Amino acid sequence: MSIQPSNRFVDPTPWVDDADISSPERADMDAPAWRLMWHKFRRHKLALISGIFLLCCYLILPIAGFIAPYTPNERSADYLYAPPQSINLWHEGEFIGPYVYPITAKADLENFRWTYTTDETRPLPLKFFCKGGTYNLFGLFPSDTHLVCAPEGASVFLWGSDRLGRDMFSRILYGAQLSLTVGLIGISVSFVLGITFGAIAGYLGGTPDWIINRMIEILRSIPELPLWLALSAAVPSNWGPVAVFFIISVILGILDWPGLARSVRAKFLSLREEEYVRAAEMMGAKPSRVIRRHMLPNFMSHLIASATLSIPAMILGETALSYLGLGLRAPAVSWGVMLNDAQNLASIEIYWWTSIPMLPIIVVVLAFNFLGDGLRASLDPYKS
Amino acid sequence: MMFLRYALYRFGTMLLTLWVVSILIFVIINLPPGDYLSNQIAELRATGQADGVAKAEFLRKEYALDRPLWEQYLIWAGFAPGPSGFSGLIQGNFGWSFEFDRPVGEIVGDALWLTVLLNLAAVLFVYAVALPLGVLAAAKAETWADYTAGFIAYLGLATPNFLLALILFYYGQKHFDLPIGGMMSPEFEGEPMSWLKVKSILLHMIVPTFVIGTSGAAAMMQRLRANMLDELHKPYVETAKAKGLAPGRLLAKYPLRVAFNPFVADIGNLLPAMVSGSVLVSVVLGLQTIGPYLLAALKSQDQFLAGFVLMFVALLTLIGTMISDMLLVLLDPRIRYGSRGT
Repeated sequence: MSIQPSNRFVDPTPWVDDADISSPERADMDAPAWRLMWHKFRRHKLALISGIFLLCCYLILPIAGFIAPYTPNERSADYLYAPPQSINLWHEGEFIGPYVYPITAKADLENFRWTYTTDETRPLPLKFFCKGGTYNLFGLFPSDTHLVCAPEGASVFLWGSDRLGRDMFSRILYGAQLSLTVGLIGISVSFVLGITFGAIAGYLGGTPDWIINRMIEILRSIPELPLWLALSAAVPSNWGPVAVFFIISVILGILDWPGLARSVRAKFLSLREEEYVRAAEMMGAKPSRVIRRHMLPNFMSHLIASATLSIPAMILGETALSYLGLGLRAPAVSWGVMLNDAQNLASIEIYWWTSIPMLPIIVVVLAFNFLGDGLRASLDPYKS
Repeated sequence: MMFLRYALYRFGTMLLTLWVVSILIFVIINLPPGDYLSNQIAELRATGQADGVAKAEFLRKEYALDRPLWEQYLIWAGFAPGPSGFSGLIQGNFGWSFEFDRPVGEIVGDALWLTVLLNLAAVLFVYAVALPLGVLAAAKAETWADYTAGFIAYLGLATPNFLLALILFYYGQKHFDLPIGGMMSPEFEGEPMSWLKVKSILLHMIVPTFVIGTSGAAAMMQRLRANMLDELHKPYVETAKAKGLAPGRLLAKYPLRVAFNPFVADIGNLLPAMVSGSVLVSVVLGLQTIGPYLLAALKSQDQFLAGFVLMFVALLTLIGTMISDMLLVLLDPRIRYGSRGT
C-alpha cells in the first residue's frame, strides 16, 4: 500500500483477473447497451449489408446531380426510347478505357416502334468531370460539372431512355431524392404523433386513453389507400412540386401513426408500474419529464426498429399515389412518377427498360425490411 | 346467449365506428375548395352557356350544396330532411353523380358485388397460401424450405402491387392464355348470369386475386411461422413426440391450434390493406370494381360518388373485421366476452 501525494491509497501489486470471483460471467456485461446491440446486430449479415446499402443510398442523394450524366428533364429528341447502352473497356482486344458505341435511331414504320443500330466500329471514350446541365449540389450550390458525360455525337443511356428521350439512369438518381425522403419525413410525422398520443393514452389512462384508443381503432379500420387518394386529391393542383411533396409525406405520416401509438401505449402501461417511475414521480417530476427522461429512453430502440419497418410502406405508398397520378406530378421526378410513364403493356413488351424504376423500389424496400428485422432481433442484447 | 350478446355489442360498436367514419369521409371529401357544380357553373358562365347554368343551379339546390357544410352532411347521411324529404345514405339513396349524370346507385350497381367477390377471393387466397407455407416454414425451420418460403414472402412484401399486376397480366397472357383486363369478357357485360359468364369471371379473377393476396399472404405466413416456432418448443410438444405421435398429426393436433388464434384475429389488420390493394389493382387492370370509380370521382370532385365508394369500402372492412372478431370468440373460449382487456 503506497500513499499518493494527493493522499489517496494505491495498491502497487498488479490486479489479478481470476482472483476476483464476483466478476461477471460475460466480459461485456457492463458494456453500454448500444455496444452490446451493435455486437449482436453485426452478426445479422443480411441486416448489416442492408444497413450499409441504405446508408450509401442516402449519402448519394445530395450529390445525385453530380453522378447523373444528365439532368432529369433534359430531352434528347434523337434518342426516344433508346435501349440501355453498355460501357466497355476493351475494343478489339485493346484497352482504351471506358467508352460507348454511338447509336442511331430509325423509325420502324411497319411495327410503329423505334429501332436502334449500334455502330461498333467507332468507340467513343467517355468524358469525365465535364460540363453538362446545371444542377444544385447539396441542393444549394449551382454546378454544371458531372462525373461522366456522353462523348460528342453519342449518348450514354446506362438504363435506356424514355418516351421523351430522357435518361432513365439520371432520372432514377434524381427520383431517389424524393422517393427516399418521403419515407423519412412521413415517419417523423408519424413518430411525433404516435409517441404523443400513445404516451398520453398509456400514462394518463382513463378518459384520454379511451378516446385515443377509439381514434386508433377507427383509423386502423379504414383502408389506407382510398384515404390517401382522397386526401391527396384535396391537394390544390396549383401548388409547386416541393409543397406537394411535403404535403404527401405528411399525409402518409398522418395515417401511419395509429400502429405506433398502440405499441407505445402498451409499453407505457407496463413501464408505468416500474419502481424507478414511481421514484421519479415521488420526487416531484412532472409527467412530461417522467415520460421524456425516464420512460421513452427505455424503448426508443424498439420504436426505431418498428419505424424502420414502416418506412417501406410509405415508400410504396408514395409510389402508388404518384403512379395513379394523385401524388407527385410531372416536373417532379420520383420513382412513382417514372412508373406512371410505364403503365402500359407496350412498355413491358417492347421498351422493357422503362419499368426499371421498379428495381430500386424493390431493393430499397427489401433492405429496409431486412434492416428492421435485424434491429429488432438485436434489441435485447442480454438474450443469447 | 353470451355469444348473442357479444355479437349485438360488436354490431353496435361497428355502427358507431361507421358513423364516425362517415363524418371523417365527408370532411375529407369536402376539403378541396369548391365543388363539382360550382366549378361547372363558373366554367359555363365563362363560356356563356346560360341554360347549362340553370341546370347546374337546379342540381345545387336539389342536392343542398348551397347549405352550410354540417347541414349538407346530415342530409347526405339521411339524418335530416333534404329538399325532397329524408333521402340519404341510410334511406338507400346514394346521391347523384355529376360526372356521369346518373344516380350513384345505378353506376356502382354491378361493381359492388364484384368488389365483394374479389376481396373474398383474396382473403381465401391468403389463407390457402399462408397456412400450409407458414406451417411448413416453421416445421422445417432453418432449412432450405424455410429460407425459400421466407425469401418469397419478403419479395411479395416488397414488390409494389400494381407492378406485379402488370407483369403477371402480361406473362399470364403470353404463356397461359389468361385474359387481359376487366372482370369478365366484354360480351358478357350487362348479360344475365349464366354458367359461361361465371366461368369468364373466375378466369379473369386469377391474376387480381393473386396480386391482391400476395403481400397479405406474406405477412400472414411470417406471423404464423413465428407463432408456430414459439409453440414448438413447449413441453407438451415434447410429450406428444415422446408418445410417438406422427409428426404431421402432431403439428395439426396441438401447436397449430394454439398458433391459429392470431391467424384469425389478424384478418382485422389484413383486411384494410387488402381492400386498399384491390382498389389500386382494379385501377391498374381496369377491373369493373369500385376502384376506378373512386379514382375518377376523386379527380373530378364528384363528391357523392366518391363519398359513397369510400363509405362502401369502409363498411366492407368493418364487416370483415366484425366477422373475424366473432369467429375468434367462437374459436377460442378463453377470450372474454365484452370490451375489457383491449
